[in-house]
Amino acid sequence: MEEYALIMRHEDGKKIASPEQMEVWMKQTMDWIGGIAAQNKFVSGTGLPFDDARVVKTKNSKAVVTNGPFGEIKETIGGFIVVKADSMDEAVEFAKGCPVLQGEGNSMEIRKIARNDGTHQ
Amino acid sequence: MHHQELIPHLFRTEFRKIAAVLSKLFGVENLELAEDIASETFLSALENWPYKGIPENPVAWLYTVAKNKAKNHLQRNQVFAEKVARQIKYSSPQKEEVEIDLSEKNISDSQLQMLFALCHPSIPTEAQIGLSLRILCGFGIEEIANAFLTNKETINKRLFRAKEKLRTEKVKIVPITIGIISQEEINSRLETVLTTLYLLFNEGYYSESQDTILREDLCAEALRLADLLIGNEQTDQPNVRALFALMCFHSSRFKARKNEKEEMILYQDQDETLWDQELIARGTYHLHRASQGTKISKYHLEATIAYWNTQKADTKEKWESILQLYNRLLQLEYSPVAALNRTYALAKARGKRKAIIEAEKLNLTTNHFYYTLLGELYTEIDNKKAQENFQKAISLAKTQTDKQTIQKKIDILTVT
Repeated sequence: MEEYALIMRHEDGKKIASPEQMEVWMKQTMDWIGGIAAQNKFVSGTGLPFDDARVVKTKNSKAVVTNGPFGEIKETIGGFIVVKADSMDEAVEFAKGCPVLQGEGNSMEIRKIARNDGTHQ
Repeated sequence: MHHQELIPHLFRTEFRKIAAVLSKLFGVENLELAEDIASETFLSALENWPYKGIPENPVAWLYTVAKNKAKNHLQRNQVFAEKVARQIKYSSPQKEEVEIDLSEKNISDSQLQMLFALCHPSIPTEAQIGLSLRILCGFGIEEIANAFLTNKETINKRLFRAKEKLRTEKVKIVPITIGIISQEEINSRLETVLTTLYLLFNEGYYSESQDTILREDLCAEALRLADLLIGNEQTDQPNVRALFALMCFHSSRFKARKNEKEEMILYQDQDETLWDQELIARGTYHLHRASQGTKISKYHLEATIAYWNTQKADTKEKWESILQLYNRLLQLEYSPVAALNRTYALAKARGKRKAIIEAEKLNLTTNHFYYTLLGELYTEIDNKKAQENFQKAISLAKTQTDKQTIQKKIDILTVT
């Protein structure tokens, strides 16, 4: 069993949702995670709120801090969860259920977690 | 009660009290001695009662025998007696002779102090809980093995090693009531203490034992110990209150859970006028007080679910809340029971078809509750599949009562 990170990407993080819409998304996300946890495949997870986010960049060998991840690129990471799965295919199946995908242009990225034993396997 | 039933019953209610008082008196390095004297006391009952008859006050008889055995041991072993006497003098200078105090108050104090002493960081958590269940809750080795899903040998080895370790570490029993243990130390042990009380309560609430009085007694004991923790400033913490609330909510249904024939009545068929409103009110009060902290423990989540279950009406709000609570509980800690209950709540909140898809993924293929749930979800959607699942559940169910309950569900299905 390997661990995989399922990363939620929003096409446009600046779009503002109504509180009602937010609540629906919240419940759907919790149901999605709950369904994975009910199979004993959930490891951890965290949301990454956009509010008060910062970006640090190097410009002319100096660190420059800007507001938000929303610069030239609109696409942002909304959060990620880590799951246990027997294969990449199984991890992909979990990702397909994420409510983020209901938004046109949004995507999920699935990455295997390195074992942290120096092998990169 | 005949002595054949009475002795095992008393063993379950009194062994732990005698063992707790004696182990506190003798010190953690002599746990085995306390256990042995408590066991020998019951052996005496087994040897005497069948021939001489059951004494008028069996509990008092046991206490007297235990006291005499302890005193005899002290007389035979002068060095040990002096050591014990020194400790006693230190805590109560007016007494010269070693007094073995089996009063209700000292039993409670001893249980609580021993609980914290046994939950010592020098031994692994599983051993802490195992020892507490054995010495303070009177569990048999087999029951502990069941609680940890392992075998008797493993438990025996684990407890033996733990006792050795406590002896070599010279762990001291200190009264938590007078603030000798620091707050950090209490906090680091409290989690295990709560797990022990939780297991103790569950053993009473869910075990398959037919002895109703005994089961209620175990639950009452867990409630009493949790109540003592709330009464103590250093241990009065939100998760303790949440656990206490959980126990109150569950206990409120004791009277409604069984019919005259001692058969289990399922939740949906219970007469809710038999639910103990006073316990529900107590639970609600403590759950409210528990929500003052910032950390949400699994006890908070479970207590809130249990709170919703004290509301019998099938409202949308109820099932939505329960579903979300299970979603969170499963993230904190997976268990097959929580997974099944979550899927049931999903069916209630989002419909059976959606729940079937999720249920098929759970793969708990050795669990009869799993197939019972699938049977219920398929009922009225695909009765043939419902029947197949109920049949599988019957083949996996262990007790006759369970098999009968499931058979009743098949009987009312119309399969064409």
